[in-house]
Amino acid sequence: MSIELGHFALVLAFALALVQMAVPIIGAQIKNDTLMRVGEPAALTNFMLVALSFMALTSAYIQSDFSVLNVWENSHSAKPLLYKITGTWGNHEGSMLLWVLILVFFGALVAVFGRNLPLSLRANVLGVQGAISCAFIIFILATSNPFARLDPAPMEGRDLNPILQDIGLAVHPPLLYLGYVGFSVAFSFAIAALIEGRLDAAWARWVRPWTLAAWMFLTGGIAMGSYWAYYELGWGGFWFWDPVENASLLPWLGGTALLHSALVMEKRSALKIWTVLLAILTFSLSLLGTFLVRSGVLTSVHAFATDPARGVFILGILVLFIGGSLALFAWRAATLAPGGLFQPISREGALVLNNLVLTTATATVLIGTLYPLLVEAVTGDKISVGAPFFNLTFGPLILPLLVIVPFGPLLAWKRGDLWAVSQRLFGAFGAALAIALLAFVLVDRASVLAALGIGLGVWLVLGAMTDLVVKSGVGKAAPSVVFSRFKGLPRSVFGTALAHAGIGLTTIGIISVTTLETERIAAMQPGETVQIQGYNLRFDSLRPFTGPNYTEDQATFVLSRVTGKPLGEVVSSKRLYTARQMPTTEAGIRTLGLSQLYVSLGDQTPNGKIVVRIWWKPMVTLIWLGALVMMVGGTVSLLDRRLRVGAPMPRRKPAVEGRVA
Amino acid sequence: MRRWIIGVLTAAFGLLNMALLPVLAVQPDEILDDPVLEERARELSAELRCMVCQNQSIDDSDAELARDLRILVRDRLKAGDSNEEVIAYVVDRYGEFVLLKPRFSYRNALLWGAPVILLLVGGVLIVTGARRKKTGGAVLRLSAEEKKRLDQILNDRE
Repeated sequence: MSIELGHFALVLAFALALVQMAVPIIGAQIKNDTLMRVGEPAALTNFMLVALSFMALTSAYIQSDFSVLNVWENSHSAKPLLYKITGTWGNHEGSMLLWVLILVFFGALVAVFGRNLPLSLRANVLGVQGAISCAFIIFILATSNPFARLDPAPMEGRDLNPILQDIGLAVHPPLLYLGYVGFSVAFSFAIAALIEGRLDAAWARWVRPWTLAAWMFLTGGIAMGSYWAYYELGWGGFWFWDPVENASLLPWLGGTALLHSALVMEKRSALKIWTVLLAILTFSLSLLGTFLVRSGVLTSVHAFATDPARGVFILGILVLFIGGSLALFAWRAATLAPGGLFQPISREGALVLNNLVLTTATATVLIGTLYPLLVEAVTGDKISVGAPFFNLTFGPLILPLLVIVPFGPLLAWKRGDLWAVSQRLFGAFGAALAIALLAFVLVDRASVLAALGIGLGVWLVLGAMTDLVVKSGVGKAAPSVVFSRFKGLPRSVFGTALAHAGIGLTTIGIISVTTLETERIAAMQPGETVQIQGYNLRFDSLRPFTGPNYTEDQATFVLSRVTGKPLGEVVSSKRLYTARQMPTTEAGIRTLGLSQLYVSLGDQTPNGKIVVRIWWKPMVTLIWLGALVMMVGGTVSLLDRRLRVGAPMPRRKPAVEGRVA
Repeated sequence: MRRWIIGVLTAAFGLLNMALLPVLAVQPDEILDDPVLEERARELSAELRCMVCQNQSIDDSDAELARDLRILVRDRLKAGDSNEEVIAYVVDRYGEFVLLKPRFSYRNALLWGAPVILLLVGGVLIVTGARRKKTGGAVLRLSAEEKKRLDQILNDRE
């Protein structure tokens, strides 16, 4: 019964989304306040309806109601409760419903926190959000209905894919979707601005927190996915340049560019048209990512053919929204007034350079991802574009950008003094150089590249700190003044410093693990010892073990320093999930400082030994710690008072404060 | 069944795809005695695609075909081939699909050229845009009509 209720709620949500799309926008056109105000309750109710629908599906999963086709296909009564809940979005239909839930969630947030927006702007924004909801709800209802029944109901379900039975499933998709879909708000604001033909600095101030929030979630989602793949895969890769990964990286790159250009627009009224275009493009890349992942067109051309309806439907949505918004842009962009002037050497100039490089990098990844499709469509040849291509093109684009990052925040708006900024950065540069040299001397196998890369990361971290030091006036004022200035710095300054330092940490992690990683591959039997990077790993025993829904061979290793100091055990296993007869590896991972020792089991050899692979991954944890620092930076910046207070509106009551995110 | 699992996996999650199936590539018995040759073999393997997998190099894949290719690469190296010769040998037999790094060819010109072209075009657009703003001053100059009106207002005042 409740499943039908969920289905019905979704149908109602569709009808209401139509209202939310049409009424406020028409109201804004004919300047009717009553019609414009419809958007707000419609968005809130829509959220409640989709939430109800989602809860209906979740409860079917919790109750293991196998009369629901979707539950039968993806669940099992013996599954732990957490995986029953997360299994709701561990499949195509359920994850699309989560997508829509997050979309209407953002719509409701705009309705709640957007009360200080001009009425017509709010109406148009909610209208566009309604249009997106419409498209995706009808997509679910028409091609991917999770509420279909199965009659007669089977006794037992087919279980969730074992690899997805992991805490990662609880965190990664929701975060990723919050990021993907969060960019829809910036998109709606852009379309609303184009419809109204009005665009000012206040617009950028309203858009920035939404973009920042989406960017933070996407950062977390990508990092979480990367770590999940790292520990689940069995060989410790953290990024594969896989098309579906690229699909998440593209909106991240676009969103990063958007954050920076919106800054210029807010502070200096420049780059207006470009910012609107970026807002459109960023969400378009999110849509494209959804299309690529959902239709399966990239991972396998045949997956597209097996269910052409879905692929074609999303392609239609894609064409409608991207084509429509770009056409609107082409038509209306000329009505938007161009902005302020600035010298090439200035904060604006640095941010333009940032945008140029990030956009080129985005386009490079996009073209690399789609090129095999293009070639196959045009010539019929099949080619591959993989990691070596992306490393060779993306790297040289991004690395120089990273080198100049510390200069940006230190340059003045409008006209900067590059020499003065360089002088301030001498300290950071010297320290980074010293650490690079130290890395070169200390790590005997270190290549020049590794040393330079680590130096670059340190440069980013120290450069970000230099900004804080300079802005709080160290060396120019008395310590007490410095302290109070430091405390009084806008939160967004801390946010910038943290985000840039986070990029630095991630850079150090990526560079050191790709250049300094060591690997041992050996066929071992209990009692044998392998030495790696100053550690001894003794293979102690191999025992069978039976878990709730799997069996495994569990290998226990005893870890110690070469000097003999014991460091406990590392357990690594090969698992077989009985329901699906699917093998997985459960790597043994031991974190030592910032580095990790990664132990993974292979096949049995004919002479009764087992293949063991051991990696020393130096400073690998920095990759994800850096992302975490970026997220903290985003959060700190979101707490900035200036973002919460509506921009140039006369402040009526102080009570309004704090309600606007 | 396997194909179906892969389908669900790829459909379900962005970062997780087929690569998640347990991957244990190079076997101890494949490793060459000569560390220099082995290093070269690993480098080459990272650039060759396992053709029954999704976007995995033969160095990362545990598929039978990947193993065969790894052994083939090592055999060619032992026979004294240069890296280019090994790649050419493999491409002759399996086609360009096997290359994870596409060749520099006319067909791939757009792929390889795009980053450079975009960076140049973008740079030129920004520079000319900035220059036009500076010299043209379209933002600041009044149109003929506005100028006329301004004169009119000023004249009226006098």
